[in-house]
Amino acid sequence: MTSAIEFKDVTKSFAKKDGTVQTVLDSVSFSIPAGKTTVIAGGSGSGKSVTLKIVLGLMRADSGRVLVQGNDVTGAKGKELEALRTQFGVLFQGSALFDSLTVFENVALPLRERTKKTEEEIGSQVHTSLSQFELDGHEDKYPAQLSGGMKKRVGLARAMQLKPAIMLFDEPTTGLDPVMAQEIYQLFAKTQSEFGFTSVIVSHDIPKIFNLADRVIILNRGHMDVFSSPEEIQWSEKPHIREFVKMTMGDIYQSHLVEI
Amino acid sequence: MKEHILEMAVGLFMIVGFCAFGYLALQLGEVSFLTSSTTYIINAEFDNVAGVKKGASVQVAGVVVGSVAAVTLGEDEVAVLALKVDKKLKVPIDSMASVKSQGIIGDKFIQLSFGGDEENFKPGEVLRDTESSMDIESLISKFAFGSAE
Amino acid sequence: MKSNSIANLGNTGLYVLTDLGRMTLFLFKAFRGIFRQPFRFKELVRQVNFIGVGSLSVIFFTAASTGLVLGLQGYYSLNKFGAEGMLGSAVSLTLIMELGPVLTALMVAGRAGSAMCAELGIMRISEQIDALDCMAVDPFRYLITPKFIAALISVPLLTVIFDVVGIAGGYVAGVSLMDVSPGSYIEGMRSSVTNHDIWLGVIKSFVFALLVVWICTGRGYFVREIRGAGFGAESVSRVTTQAVVLSSISVLVFDYLLTAVLL
Repeated sequence: MTSAIEFKDVTKSFAKKDGTVQTVLDSVSFSIPAGKTTVIAGGSGSGKSVTLKIVLGLMRADSGRVLVQGNDVTGAKGKELEALRTQFGVLFQGSALFDSLTVFENVALPLRERTKKTEEEIGSQVHTSLSQFELDGHEDKYPAQLSGGMKKRVGLARAMQLKPAIMLFDEPTTGLDPVMAQEIYQLFAKTQSEFGFTSVIVSHDIPKIFNLADRVIILNRGHMDVFSSPEEIQWSEKPHIREFVKMTMGDIYQSHLVEI
Repeated sequence: MKEHILEMAVGLFMIVGFCAFGYLALQLGEVSFLTSSTTYIINAEFDNVAGVKKGASVQVAGVVVGSVAAVTLGEDEVAVLALKVDKKLKVPIDSMASVKSQGIIGDKFIQLSFGGDEENFKPGEVLRDTESSMDIESLISKFAFGSAE
Repeated sequence: MKSNSIANLGNTGLYVLTDLGRMTLFLFKAFRGIFRQPFRFKELVRQVNFIGVGSLSVIFFTAASTGLVLGLQGYYSLNKFGAEGMLGSAVSLTLIMELGPVLTALMVAGRAGSAMCAELGIMRISEQIDALDCMAVDPFRYLITPKFIAALISVPLLTVIFDVVGIAGGYVAGVSLMDVSPGSYIEGMRSSVTNHDIWLGVIKSFVFALLVVWICTGRGYFVREIRGAGFGAESVSRVTTQAVVLSSISVLVFDYLLTAVLL
């Protein structure tokens, strides 16, 4: 199995206000398989978003190496970094749509800025993907006029425009009601089977998110535990995993599994 | 259409701005490449030009006909003023230039009193018949202590 | 206790140093954005509309009232020496060299600078700037460079408009309301204003424009790194206030420096 993203002994720490050092990632190594869905879970402050930022080159690791599609990107700069980022599509926590642009312009932005396509080509491509994500008729609305679920879909449409090899989802269901969240997950599964990208989901929406996962990575106080399937977490003997499972999923989830 | 109005507004703003700049530059400043073709220079030698600044006006019978382009020190401690005057103005060679002031603390200006000669100054020629600045201190001492000298 | 306060001092010193370095790099990247393709001409037009056209009314009223006050005040003072003839020169020199550039820059900082800072701050906290980065779109070329160029175009133009409106205001006060003769107002103005004075005003307005747009966009862009700003919406409001105060103060300081050096 080839890996899309690989972390090798990555360490990242921050200086806190009182002068002490907080180690967010402590010599962490893992790999994310290509074409599959990997979920990175963990409590708040466990370094989930830091991991994401290091992958995207928005933040630099203190030590260790990061490989994306086999290329070392640890010290990437300028053009290299640009090339690295074009392989990613990112759906941000708050969708990060541009407030001053309409839905159409938001989705068209990567095409206008990163490709040499004509306005006509861009128009037809954007309209196709808007209808794919059931956004017909909302082209001229501004993000402020959309519901949370629609914003997510616009964000997803925008991230998909350049046909990225890897999709990163940062807390995709925050602020959505359970029904909407379920819809979004179904949409993820559908688009992934259609486009075949590698998807990485950072979330604390446990256990629902596990239904999607081929592989689960649990972050805890700078350390990482990798599980090849959600079920494997259940059988883990490690005390902090057991505690995590009990805290986040509760007894209901365990009994539910037992029934199966 | 909306885009159109925006561009027009910006265009209008640029035009108004440049007009304002043009007004300042042309009316208040001196744009040499625009005025040099319509003026010429007469150099005038004075014993004392205290208080005359570059840009001071040159007047004939109270009418402004030009300005002082430069204040320099010539040979033998004479002050040389480059008087930039209108090309149409013909200055007879026996004319006199004097330093006057507008009111007691007002700006200094140069007054040209025309002579009657048939011949006129050519550009760059030197005018020597001049009357220098009135030295206010010596004037006051004259009043105060009678004739000092 | 003592060692703690020394440590705090050192901490603050380091913070100021990094902040200054960050802002300098920011300035460098903003100018580098000019040479990046594709250049966003439409965005530039939009920004000139926002900074320039949008500020016209406030500039007009500020300039008119400043000119009127200068005219009345100048008349009152000069009348004591019987030198009302100097009114034109006094009003025009004050406006062109000092009040025009300074007041225009302060108005633009308050109106457009604050808005630019808040816009970038919100874009930062809602991850819109990160989103640009992730799409490999240079946020400087896309967002910040057009604001820089628009400010460098708009502010000098607003300044000369301020000058002209102010001079007209002085004319109304001195000539129409008081009894200064029109000729002496205009002639006094013409004979005393030199090219050097106009250039001084223009240079000042360029420097002020750069200061305002640099500080306001920079503060907004770095909203997360600024110490004591807090988080979320509150941080944006605090940083916006800080940006307006900081840019106004630096305009006044640089006004003195430029006058001292260039006069």
